[in-house]
Amino acid sequence: MELWTSTHGGALLAPAVLLPFVGMLLGLLLGGRQVQRVAFVFMPLGLALAVGITVAWLREGQTLVYLLGGWAPPLGIALRADGPAVAMLLAVAGVVCGIGIYARADFGTPLGVKESRAAFSYWLLLMAVWGALNLVFVSGDLFTLYVALELLTFAGVPLVCLAGSGETLRAALRYMLFALCGSVLYLLGAVLLYGGYGTLDIPLLADAVQPEPIARTALALMTAGLLAKTALFPLHIWLPPAHGGAPAAASAVLSALVIKGSWFLVVRLWFDVMPGVVTLPSAQLLGVLGAMAIVIGSVVALRQERLKLLVAYSTMAQIGYLFLMFPLAFDATGNTLMHGAALTGGLLQAVSHATAKAAMFMAAGLIYAALGHDRIADLAGVARALPVTVLAFVLAGIALMGVVPSGAYLAKKLLLDAADGSGQWWWTIVLQGGAVFTAGYVVLVLVNVLRRRSAALILVKRVSRRSEFAALVLAVGSLLLALAALGPLPGHLVSNPLAHKELATTVLVLMGGALLALGLSRAPLLAVARSAAGANEGRLRHAAVAIGTAFEHADRLVRRWPFASIALLTLAAAFGGLLLVGAPK
Amino acid sequence: MTAIVSLVVALLLLWLALWTVVARDAFVAVAGFVVYGLLLSLVWVRLAGIDVALTEAAIGGGLTGALLLGAVGRLRGTEAAAWSERSGACTRAFAVLLSVSVATVLALCVLTLPEPPPTLAPQAAENLAATGVGNPITGVLLAFRALDTLLEAVVLVIALIGVWSLAPDRFWGGRPGPRYGADPDGILTYLARVLPPIGIVVGLYLFWAGADHPGGKFQSATILAAMWMLVQMAGLSDAPRIDSRWLRAGIVVGPLVFVAVGVLGAWQAGAFLGYPDGWAKPMIVVIELALLPTLVLVLALLLNGAPARSADSPPAPGETSLSARSTRPMPAGGTRQ
Amino acid sequence: MTVETLFALCACALVGIGLYGLIVQPHPLRKLVAFNIMGSGVFVLFGALAMRGAAAGMAADPVPQALLITAIVVAFAATAVTVALLLRLIESTATASLADEPPSGD
Repeated sequence: MELWTSTHGGALLAPAVLLPFVGMLLGLLLGGRQVQRVAFVFMPLGLALAVGITVAWLREGQTLVYLLGGWAPPLGIALRADGPAVAMLLAVAGVVCGIGIYARADFGTPLGVKESRAAFSYWLLLMAVWGALNLVFVSGDLFTLYVALELLTFAGVPLVCLAGSGETLRAALRYMLFALCGSVLYLLGAVLLYGGYGTLDIPLLADAVQPEPIARTALALMTAGLLAKTALFPLHIWLPPAHGGAPAAASAVLSALVIKGSWFLVVRLWFDVMPGVVTLPSAQLLGVLGAMAIVIGSVVALRQERLKLLVAYSTMAQIGYLFLMFPLAFDATGNTLMHGAALTGGLLQAVSHATAKAAMFMAAGLIYAALGHDRIADLAGVARALPVTVLAFVLAGIALMGVVPSGAYLAKKLLLDAADGSGQWWWTIVLQGGAVFTAGYVVLVLVNVLRRRSAALILVKRVSRRSEFAALVLAVGSLLLALAALGPLPGHLVSNPLAHKELATTVLVLMGGALLALGLSRAPLLAVARSAAGANEGRLRHAAVAIGTAFEHADRLVRRWPFASIALLTLAAAFGGLLLVGAPK
Repeated sequence: MTAIVSLVVALLLLWLALWTVVARDAFVAVAGFVVYGLLLSLVWVRLAGIDVALTEAAIGGGLTGALLLGAVGRLRGTEAAAWSERSGACTRAFAVLLSVSVATVLALCVLTLPEPPPTLAPQAAENLAATGVGNPITGVLLAFRALDTLLEAVVLVIALIGVWSLAPDRFWGGRPGPRYGADPDGILTYLARVLPPIGIVVGLYLFWAGADHPGGKFQSATILAAMWMLVQMAGLSDAPRIDSRWLRAGIVVGPLVFVAVGVLGAWQAGAFLGYPDGWAKPMIVVIELALLPTLVLVLALLLNGAPARSADSPPAPGETSLSARSTRPMPAGGTRQ
Repeated sequence: MTVETLFALCACALVGIGLYGLIVQPHPLRKLVAFNIMGSGVFVLFGALAMRGAAAGMAADPVPQALLITAIVVAFAATAVTVALLLRLIESTATASLADEPPSGD
């Protein structure tokens, strides 16, 4: 079989994994200013490798395989790159390079200092995150994937508290402990699978696994553990303070990249290791959690006072999106999860989120740096002072909303088609509604930055042109992703953005978003709304604020440790039960 | 007879675990965990895993225990505040319910495991000759699944970078841990002079034996790291500056040599991390030799923690006056308060 | 009952005990101890499975045993990072609470 012999292009896989780690080790050895230089040598090399893998994959037209040491599974370990892995490899390489260019201004070693802690740690950890992610994408062995997950956690957690304040240390510790719970559950599942089937190789397992108790238990435990690491609602205990508190260049890494690792592993498990064990109710549960994440994350995002926390909560909502594809990919006749349009849609969503969210955090970070604060209500005049930054933020927001021709648009289209095809109309509402929520917080920020300011805006720091440019490039990339993705996909999926139907959808989404922003924003959005409008509108706003506050309270409750850890185990139990309920007799 | 021993060990283990988890006092819990770690090594012996038993005793029990004991002495009264935050009866009831359910489902899985049990032992036995080592576990770690071992070294280095990154900025480039003054008459100093030569011999023996018998680089590295820590705690030598070039070189040599040997394999044996015929054993020895300094340094430095003193703090004096005694902080593994 | 079944069942109970501690113990250090107990439960389970797989003249399946050595080292690294974080948190805030700061007064 072709999955257990090395292919020609497979030779590129081991270098793709090890190159960032070698960069990290060399940086550690050379130290000082060399750390950053080493990173900048290895970033283009890694990007070139990712491009090379993509070309090889397109040319060979099949999964790239590499047997390490020449030992075939089950005894040895195989690296494999299929379509999803190649897409993620390429996207991550691009985003890492973008973030790297952005971070030069924040994490340069100051003059006169031999070696600075923050710069040293940041560049080494960035390389470590990159290597770990590449390993997650191409590893074909569940235990190696466990090591990859831990690598990702150990590299991600210190990024949270690079600034060293008490609040970020607490967030990092919470993240670490909760992630550790998740990884033990994952390892437990992997151990059970080995006990049941005697291998940890993904395709070998896929052949051997039967819908029986041991496989169900393993899938339930591993899924719950990975969701804890991905911070899907209600397991997002650590995400908002961690992503909102870290330095922007680190938040971009955490939000755009790190959570994609454990998410990708859920995809691997459900689609490639145990598609036959999955049942429709269990897939629906993943979708429902996703939908709840979208609603609660978006509403709480709209209630935030600080821009970075708004973006962090928007990440929580966007994570929800990534799980909507699971019920849509379920094939009821074969009782299995199918590779197909829904999976492609989900992957596109992940890639467009990775690029757009990185750009958003970068823009938020630039605004913070320039103003010395990021209070949303005090952003008046920023659009005039930092036009490129604001443009990057807005373009990233529009890309996330799913306007033609963004990647999120194409993803939404694929998922909507899948919802139609499988008769699950309710997901159509979630998909369309989610775009309105996203529009809500984009409009909220946009209105505030566009506002005129009576006094001149005082910038405490000049922002780096290069950083602004990096954010803009990633945002534009996300916005044009659909065009790039058209290579392998049918062309009729992208329509003219100015066609009546598309234009009407866009306008509707924006109007819906504006209404949400008007109703829910913490500081009233328009001064006029208070004075001139009638009592009716005042009452509406009042009700909306009450709902928003209720959601905030719910979020705070859910993010307490006892609740979150009980939710984690309850979810494991629920998945176990649902895997049993819907199973074919 | 052996069945009864196993049963007693299992029950004792469960009781210790439960005690450790519910104990009110953090120090009691950590002490319980250290004993638990020792007992666990016994379990590994019964489970025919001498290599795992050695690793568990050295790392799972020894190093983790030392780390936790060191931490428990520095909690500074945060315990009482935490205790006041403890969960209510309802949460605890839920927790019991869920934990028992998980354990029960796992137990059911264990009881319905397939017969005959799936195993890779025959395959490992069949291919072991090609690796030139006699210990099948070393064969798995350095040939069949060499990538895992390489990544494990990388994990340790990343963990170390993470720990270092927690240092306050002013101490960057400085030394980790407290500075121990020497106490010429102390028992610790005596031990630090007597034990290291023995420890080094035992450590190197374990390292050498690992190819064909139980033992190997991790167990050996742990013992060597422990010796280094002992010498530090007795004040005979100071922890290194984290920006020292030799230290950094020692940390990265293992994984870098591993990768280099892997590349050599790609060139000579046609597969990354592969070994050309007849060259497996020497190449494995090279990798293990290179990994040894990395492991010793990283394990000890992880125990040392984040840099906590400026780089300029003079190294601990070798033989100092008795005044050093009064200012000497308690060693990490010592008693509380 | 064979030794491996006995210890496998014991391991399941250890996982349960660890989980309980992780949920109810408020102090991060206690959670960390509970994590280590839960982790060791998983390791013992894997070890018992390895012994079940004894074949070809080997007393146990060497693959899980080798994986265990890796897993034990990874768990130690996790413990080291967590302890360092905890000590730094105590040093800079004098508390070890994981709870959010109470929301600011406005």
